[in-house]
Amino acid sequence: MAWRNLWRHSRRTWLTVTAMVFSNVLLVFMIALQFGTYDMMIENTLKAFSGHLQVQAEGYQDNPKLRTSIPAVTALVDELQRALPEAEVAGRAAAFALASSEQRSFGIQLIGAQPGVEPHVSSIPNLVRRGRYLERDDVAEIVLGSVMARNLKADVGSEITLLGSGRDGSFAAGIVTVVGVFESGSSDMDRSFAEVPLAWFQDTFTMGDHGNSIAIALGDLAEVPAAVQSAKSVIGPREGLVVVDWNTLHPGLRQAIQADLSSGWFMYGVLIILVAFSVLNTQLMSVMERTREFGVISALGIRPRRLAALVLLETALMALIGLALGLCLGWLVSLYFSINGFSYPGMEEVAARYSLPGAMYPSITVGTMLLGPIVVFGFCLLAALYPALRLYRLRPVAAMRAA
Amino acid sequence: MATGHGLSLTAVSQLSWRNLWRNQRRTIIMLLAIAVGVWAMIFMTALMRGMVDQMIEDGIDALPGYVQLHHPDYRDDPNVENSLPPPGPELLVALGSPPVEAWARRVKVPAMASSERNNRAVMLLGVDPQPEIAVGFDPSSIVAGRFLEGPNDPGLVVGRKLLERLETDLGKRIVIMSQGPNNSIADRGFRIVGVFEGKLSAQEENLVYAAIGTTQELLGMGEQISEIAVKGGDYRDASALYAWVEQAAGGQYEVLPWTKLDTYLGLMLGVMDGFVLVWVVVIFMALSFGLVNTLMMAVFERVREFGLMQALGMKPASILYQVLLEALMLLILGLLLGNVMAVASIMPLRDGIDLSIVAEGIEMMGASSTLYPALKPKDLVMANTVVIVLGILTSLLPAWRASRYRPVEAIAKT
Repeated sequence: MAWRNLWRHSRRTWLTVTAMVFSNVLLVFMIALQFGTYDMMIENTLKAFSGHLQVQAEGYQDNPKLRTSIPAVTALVDELQRALPEAEVAGRAAAFALASSEQRSFGIQLIGAQPGVEPHVSSIPNLVRRGRYLERDDVAEIVLGSVMARNLKADVGSEITLLGSGRDGSFAAGIVTVVGVFESGSSDMDRSFAEVPLAWFQDTFTMGDHGNSIAIALGDLAEVPAAVQSAKSVIGPREGLVVVDWNTLHPGLRQAIQADLSSGWFMYGVLIILVAFSVLNTQLMSVMERTREFGVISALGIRPRRLAALVLLETALMALIGLALGLCLGWLVSLYFSINGFSYPGMEEVAARYSLPGAMYPSITVGTMLLGPIVVFGFCLLAALYPALRLYRLRPVAAMRAA
Repeated sequence: MATGHGLSLTAVSQLSWRNLWRNQRRTIIMLLAIAVGVWAMIFMTALMRGMVDQMIEDGIDALPGYVQLHHPDYRDDPNVENSLPPPGPELLVALGSPPVEAWARRVKVPAMASSERNNRAVMLLGVDPQPEIAVGFDPSSIVAGRFLEGPNDPGLVVGRKLLERLETDLGKRIVIMSQGPNNSIADRGFRIVGVFEGKLSAQEENLVYAAIGTTQELLGMGEQISEIAVKGGDYRDASALYAWVEQAAGGQYEVLPWTKLDTYLGLMLGVMDGFVLVWVVVIFMALSFGLVNTLMMAVFERVREFGLMQALGMKPASILYQVLLEALMLLILGLLLGNVMAVASIMPLRDGIDLSIVAEGIEMMGASSTLYPALKPKDLVMANTVVIVLGILTSLLPAWRASRYRPVEAIAKT
């Protein structure tokens, strides 16, 4: 009966269904796109350098200093690697130094990295465009960012003098040979980042066997909590060491996502409310024009509860069609863009700021697909409640007299 | 009423007005839908505009200036060797007259800042204090000590974050090391005389201000400078300023407007305009289904009436106008309500919305943590125009149908 009632005014029903389909398609696609972008933002940021979690000396995250260090860092790296066989682990040390070539001098961020394992944790070693990355038997070699190389007027084969201060406050200086130039796409990194072998770093900066951080890269974000636990149990007895996850390493990342999500929710909310208004109006009309009919039915002894259920059922059927069509279309649109990438003019430059590629790929999961349509469905039913509840106040005799 | 002619406009509009209120509940729901839609359009746009405007203004203040002059190689290689001579007489005249409102000479080179405990890579700015304030430095951002006084002040002004990183304090000395001429290392101890708080933490961590004369002496560059920053007029349209400076500068300088100096910022302006239009149209489309539906229903339940009117000699055109006018009235009422709601909800937020819970995230986008909604007449006009124009267009279908009924059939219809 509900089904037949729907098609009494097929044009009206279709218009309302189209409104639902429109907003469902939009919601499915936008939510998938948003989450796809977030995944990419997180992955790209973590893979670039930091890893999913790090072991650091206490206080290093807030105030990174050479002196806030981890003793016997390479031994701890091996131990962590044994405890986390699935993960990739790499120890590092970091300092600011003045780099001078024959013609130029710049302040840079110098990283001491373990040549053997670093390429598994960070994407920088794989982005070397000229020359090669550091190798195990390298002693005094350096890999630089492309902008830095240009600014220093240095290239593969050039010698660079590094000046800084050692862990004990002494004057640290050394000469290294450029073996590779990387291009990460992030102008900050390409301008100010350089990597040398950890052993050379420790010698030059009087670190002994110390390092500043141990980065751990995992296959998936979901593995982070478990990895944090095992890392904690490994460092357990050592004092002054902490495990920090990506949320702490990049506080801005999660907040940027939150800020973006909340403006997204506002837009989706408005869209859903507008569709709900549309449903409210349609169902109200359809109830009012049937006042007489409902009067007759209730005079025959059918309870208002059943009439209300009928109206709700009609709405549910309508919303179901909207959901199914919207979901299919939305899924198709998302699928198309998840293969071909979504991009608009100017996006490449904006995306580069967040070290993202120039196209976005929607993330198609059950959650991103269903979330929007289900909320729309719920709100449509909610909107139909008012017309349905009106039926409780129906006076059969008066209703039958109504025109 | 004149048969054979169209009804007078007042008569038609009276009819429309009364018809609109025949089914009050339906009309009120539709009105609410339009009002909520229009409110969302304007409110959201004002928030986004506010955010982007501030981002751009902060970005321009950090550049600073709307137009900058450099040595042609400087931007690729910000080195002391790629410096400019001080502006010649012709350029000086141009910089002294409108549309230029302020300009400043600056030295800007990468350097290392070292305290006894730590060192950092920084950007050393040699500035002339008064003009620097005129082109963008905000003196109220000094939170301790003072800003530089005069072009030969021996002091140094650093950001609060850098002070923490270097574990030093106001009144203490730090060493600034940079490249002098012929790749010699130039260094000099400076006493910290002031601490500033930047709108973006990157500025606080990276910038150190020294007086221009002191810096030129340190770097052994004589009267040479790295850049000239020029400000004047409205930043949204810097083309006149750009043309004026460019023509006076001659070929030896690279002259660029801010949109080219910071392409990200320049792009944001355009992306934002596109976003506002897309948002307004999407909301309108969500509204339009309800609008067409409501009008369709209104027309449908009056089929007999329309037939009767035509049988009495009313022209189809009058019926079309009548339905269109009804839609127009609905739209205008909804717009009025929506605009009032939008203005009423934006006004209390004029003093800014505190977004400090997500400050670091917003900073990634380059905006600061207090958001000031910006209600632009341009955006108001656009939202209202889109709703009226597209609204009338979508109402054409039901209106046209209403005018096409054949009198006899329509009257016969129950």
